[in-house]
Amino acid sequence: MSGIGVKPQPDVLDVERVREDFPILGRRVHGKPLVYLDNAATTQKPQPVLDALFRYYTGSNANVHRGVHLLSQEATDAFEAGRVSVQRFLNAAHASEIIFTRNASEGVNLVAESFGRLKVRAADEIVITGMEHHSNIVPWQLLCERTGAILRVVPITDEGELRLDEMERLLTERTRLVAVTHLSNALGTVNPIPTIVEMAHHHGAAVLVDGAQAAYHMPVDVQALGCDFYVVTGHKLYGPTGIGALYGRQALLEAMPPYQGGGDMIRSVTFEKTTYNDLPHKFEAGTPHIAGVVGLGAAVEYIRGIGLDRIAVHERDLLEYATARLNEVPGLRLIGTARHKASILSFVLDGVHPHDIGTIVDREGVAIRTGHHCAQPVMERFGIPATARASLAVYNTRSDIDALIRALRKVREVFA
Amino acid sequence: MSELTELYQEVILDHNKRPRNYQVPSGANRHAEGFNPLCGDRFTVYLRVEDGVIQDAGFQGAGCAISKASASLMTDIVKGRTLEEARALFDRFHDMVTAPMEATADADLLGKLAVFAGVREFPVRVKCASLAWHAMRAAVQSASDPVSTE
Repeated sequence: MSGIGVKPQPDVLDVERVREDFPILGRRVHGKPLVYLDNAATTQKPQPVLDALFRYYTGSNANVHRGVHLLSQEATDAFEAGRVSVQRFLNAAHASEIIFTRNASEGVNLVAESFGRLKVRAADEIVITGMEHHSNIVPWQLLCERTGAILRVVPITDEGELRLDEMERLLTERTRLVAVTHLSNALGTVNPIPTIVEMAHHHGAAVLVDGAQAAYHMPVDVQALGCDFYVVTGHKLYGPTGIGALYGRQALLEAMPPYQGGGDMIRSVTFEKTTYNDLPHKFEAGTPHIAGVVGLGAAVEYIRGIGLDRIAVHERDLLEYATARLNEVPGLRLIGTARHKASILSFVLDGVHPHDIGTIVDREGVAIRTGHHCAQPVMERFGIPATARASLAVYNTRSDIDALIRALRKVREVFA
Repeated sequence: MSELTELYQEVILDHNKRPRNYQVPSGANRHAEGFNPLCGDRFTVYLRVEDGVIQDAGFQGAGCAISKASASLMTDIVKGRTLEEARALFDRFHDMVTAPMEATADADLLGKLAVFAGVREFPVRVKCASLAWHAMRAAVQSASDPVSTE
């Protein structure tokens, strides 16, 4: 990390103190205290993020990059400060390498569209993996349909780890790009990104990393990872929905054609010729989600204030505890047992469909996700229609896990 | 716990554990698939229709307890009914799991299907209870082309 701003403290995370920052954690669900374990779907929002949104709309609301009046200047400053916050959060070399998007999916689509037009031709190849979220599959399928390129899929092991030997075999001089998740939303697997980047670059292929799940669980340094693109979404970073960011290496972004046309992304327009704006504005057509960027900026500063190192240690302890407790539940099988895992506990229970598990534990106040987690190929790989998934965040405690275990006992009672 | 007990009644748990008509009936001449992409529940409903009457019904597939028990009970109850009666049953079942039902109006007609009334309290589970019913209605409305036996 760059070392600017609030340095992570070496001491242990004070979870109770953190929980006080999240007003929603005080509510009750079906008469029980809320136990929120659906963080991989979206995280809850801390007060500093809510305050930033309120302050922006009550104090500085205006359009950006175009007004001479004070409010427009303040809005522009707040917006660009959000970009610098995200730059520092991902340790990008330049703020102009941060492109704001609606979410991680839009970041992937932007790259598939724009990088695709720059580099991908018929019979070229795109390599993805067997553990991708639909949002890191479908944009590449669309690109392949459009260009005649071929999609290759790196298989995964029974534990949910990438077959790097197979990846090596799939990488050729035809490979234009490798798209891989940093942290699997369905399995919890953390992929060895620097190794993958080295392999891909050796074959001249670019690398896009889907960081939607990873970025709130572990420090992300895009320069150390060496990847060409990294996408995140604000609502999983304790920020608002509808805002995400794409990091792209400057030289690549400069060479890539615009994604969408509109205001802000141009320098001059005539009916004969339009010249495009510089980075990052070239990729940000139209009035952006200004409040979203303000909220996202506040969210990543909030995370930096706590320190992702401390968060990672806290969540690793919780993951180990939860894994041990879940393994004690009769008939329960964890799906995704990679050596390097984070934050995700996907499981099935003998004789009980995940959907029924979800309904029953909900009545105990425990929110988990059930279904295919937008990763149908992963479900198919493991021969199951769905899993139940508990996913952790900074504010979860061992007592949340205990509540889940108690709720699973209720499931057993109903399905005795 | 009471709403949960209403949802997971003994009859439902029993049909989940030991589904009836879990097969492709011999001579089946209509079928349709019901798929809930949200949770991955997927059932195919098979009917043998002769002279406008459902002579036999069965289903195959996988899903949660609610959807499986519903498929099991549905295939039981439509046997021997005319296509018109099956359509009317669909409407009544759908009403029962979505809106409060008039106290006794359909109790006789719906019979043991009344065990699904508890689904009303769980709006996200309505689709589970009605999945096989939608497939049955689609099969009723489909042309009578033969089911391939792969």
